[in-house]
Amino acid sequence: MLLVTCHYCGARPEIEFRCGGEAHIARPADPSALDDRAWSEFLFYRTNPRGVHAERWNHVHGCGRWFNALRNTASDAFLATYPAGGKRPDVATGGK
Amino acid sequence: MRRFSLRSLVTEAINAHQGWQRQWRAPEPKPAYDAIIVGGGGHGLATAYYMAKQHGMRNIAVLEKGWIGGGNTGRNTTIIRSNYLYDESAAIYEHAMKLWEGLSQELNYNVMFSQRGVLMLAHHVHDVQSFKRHIYANRLNGIDNEWLTPEQAKAFCPPLNLSRDIRYPVVGAALQRRGGVARHDAVAWGFARGADAMGVDIIQNCEVTGIMRGVDGAVSAVETSRGTIRTRRIGVVAAGNTSVVMERAGLRMPLESFPLQALVSEPVKPVFPCVLMSNAVHAYISQSDKGELVIGAGTDQYVSYSQQGGLHITTHTLDAICELFPQFSRLRMLRSWGGVVDVTPDRSPIIGKTSIPGLFVNCGWGTGGFKATPGSGHVFAHTLATGEPHPINAPFTLDRFSSGRLIDEAAAAAVAH
Repeated sequence: MLLVTCHYCGARPEIEFRCGGEAHIARPADPSALDDRAWSEFLFYRTNPRGVHAERWNHVHGCGRWFNALRNTASDAFLATYPAGGKRPDVATGGK
Repeated sequence: MRRFSLRSLVTEAINAHQGWQRQWRAPEPKPAYDAIIVGGGGHGLATAYYMAKQHGMRNIAVLEKGWIGGGNTGRNTTIIRSNYLYDESAAIYEHAMKLWEGLSQELNYNVMFSQRGVLMLAHHVHDVQSFKRHIYANRLNGIDNEWLTPEQAKAFCPPLNLSRDIRYPVVGAALQRRGGVARHDAVAWGFARGADAMGVDIIQNCEVTGIMRGVDGAVSAVETSRGTIRTRRIGVVAAGNTSVVMERAGLRMPLESFPLQALVSEPVKPVFPCVLMSNAVHAYISQSDKGELVIGAGTDQYVSYSQQGGLHITTHTLDAICELFPQFSRLRMLRSWGGVVDVTPDRSPIIGKTSIPGLFVNCGWGTGGFKATPGSGHVFAHTLATGEPHPINAPFTLDRFSSGRLIDEAAAAAVAH
């Protein structure tokens, strides 16, 4: 089980959280202006990197707030947390 | 390739087993191939086998970054069934099932395919309605699947606890008698041996680090840890690492990779006659020929390539197993491990072309790819050899995520499977 550091409450066990998937995927402002391919990109296509991943977490059984985290998907090590809507921090890859 | 037979066994028994040969060569990569398959798991090796066998393509190579069958092929719980809801899924999994039924003879290699029956438990009225719908849909597609009352399920699987005071009592079950298990390592080895005998180069410890394209935009070569290899046709069959490989060609994929865990108990005498699964309480269990209970758990919630998952995921599964089979609560678990599964938004695979000429992909099998191994290889071999999909994999395009023609087994099963 991961030890997830809530941006607001500190380190808590993973079962208090829901992972919300990749961060920084903004809903297009005018969906009807998009073609099918661009809409599909928004809905379904993901970076899925082996390395640093920006992802959303919700401290659902705690403070209930959303925040973003950077985590290395090869080692599962968390590198940073930052507020939802915030700019992605520039950090080293960490882990293996 | 030396064929296995009673005669060869007797001969070798007399000669102290000194005459057995290597099952496949360890060739150096050639400078160029007609086609290259990236990924030496069951699906990749099956693809190579059927390309050589059915399409006469012998100048091909399988590149594997580790050792063959060392990824998800060697990490799954070996469940084989074909009772999927939608016509497209039913067609491809039943195609695989028919190939499984003759695979040991086809490969001259005992893959220990055992059709001991797959029992899926229903725990509430929604399960009952859903399973019966599956059963009728399966029958229309010519696939066996039948409804059992709790008592009939108990007769088929005597260890089952029918008590009414467990958290989710058993209210019935769907049974596919032709379902079962196979020896997963033997599947990889059998396909590798068969492909190698027809001239396919199986190159292990060879990681693809780049996919190069010519001036026409089509693929021209792969860069690997063992040098550059020219080819005009590439089939990526890299399971959990598909996004990583495709990124090297500059393509994003509708995939996310999650850890999926399994575990085995200490070996015991034969106590479990079938494969049993319950989507509702999340339990997958069968007994291996060594006597271990083989138990499958669910995926973790986050993207990871670490090949390990959280302990709470496996304990959740064991909670369910111990409710359904209280007698197993005193068994010790011997080993647990994780694999990395590539999951699509609709939980159906992607098998076909990409936007790059010459680049094909077979991925997205998620948590249930082992059962499809021969069928997947067979239709992907057709796709790679002819450049066009086989009718069976034609619906499983990458384009379906743009066109909206999803094959939504995620909704059908209400669980990753």
